[in-house]
Amino acid sequence: MRLEYFQLIDRIVDLNLADRKISSEATVPTASTIFEGHFPGYPLMPGVLLIEAMAQTSGWLVVALNRFERMPFLAAVKEAKLRTFVTPGQKLAITAHLEHDGSGYAITAAKIKCGGKLICDATLTLRVLDFPNAEMGRQMRETAGRIGLQVEAPVNG
Amino acid sequence: MSSTFDTIANIIAETCDIPRDSITPDSHAINDLGIDSLDFLDIAFAIDKAFGIKLPLEQWTQEVNDGKATTDQYFVLKNLSARIDELVAAKGA
Repeated sequence: MRLEYFQLIDRIVDLNLADRKISSEATVPTASTIFEGHFPGYPLMPGVLLIEAMAQTSGWLVVALNRFERMPFLAAVKEAKLRTFVTPGQKLAITAHLEHDGSGYAITAAKIKCGGKLICDATLTLRVLDFPNAEMGRQMRETAGRIGLQVEAPVNG
Repeated sequence: MSSTFDTIANIIAETCDIPRDSITPDSHAINDLGIDSLDFLDIAFAIDKAFGIKLPLEQWTQEVNDGKATTDQYFVLKNLSARIDELVAAKGA
C-alpha cells in the first residue's frame, strides 16, 4: 500500500473476465502518519481505507472489463461490515465480483480476508463514466501495469 | 402495463422509503417523487434484476440532454412502464 498516494492495492493476483472476478493483495504499511492519529498508542488500519481497498479492487475489475474505455467512480457503499481490527504489517487478500453491469453503473460484491479469515465485506455501487481527460486514462494504464493488471487497452484510449 | 407499474411502484416505495399509495402512474420519478440520480441507480438495479433487462439510462440521459426527448418520456412512471415492457418484449423477440 502507498497510503500517501491513496494507492491501496499492491498487486493484482488474478483476473477472470469470464467470471467477472478479480483478486488483489496489499500489505498494510508498518509505519504511516495515519497511525499517529488512528490511534495514538494503538495503530489500526482505518475502516474507511479498507472500504477504499475494496472499491479500488472493484474499480480495477470494471476497468479491465471495459478495457480502459471508461472510469469507475465509487458512488455508494452498502452493507459494509468491518468484522475485526487490521493492524500495521498485515497482508490482505481482496476479492471483488461484478454482480451487475448496468447502464453507466456497476454493482460489485467485495471482500477482504487476512490469513484466510474474513475481515470485511461490502456491496459497492460504482458510476462508470468516460475518462474526464486523456491524461487520467494514461495514468490509469500506467498504474495498472505497475500493479500487474494485464488487459489489452485501446491504443488511442 | 398495470403489473409492470405495480412492480416499479413497489421497488420505488421500498428503495426510497416513499409511501406506496403516493406513487401513481402519473408520478414523475424526479419532479414528483424527488428521487435523485443516485437513488435512481438503486431503482434501475432492482428493475434490471426484476425484469431481466438493462435499462438504457445513459442513452435516455443523452437524449434528454440533446433535447431529443423530455424527462417525462422516461421518468413518468406509466411511460417508464411502457419502456420496460418494450425492453422485455425485445428481449424475448
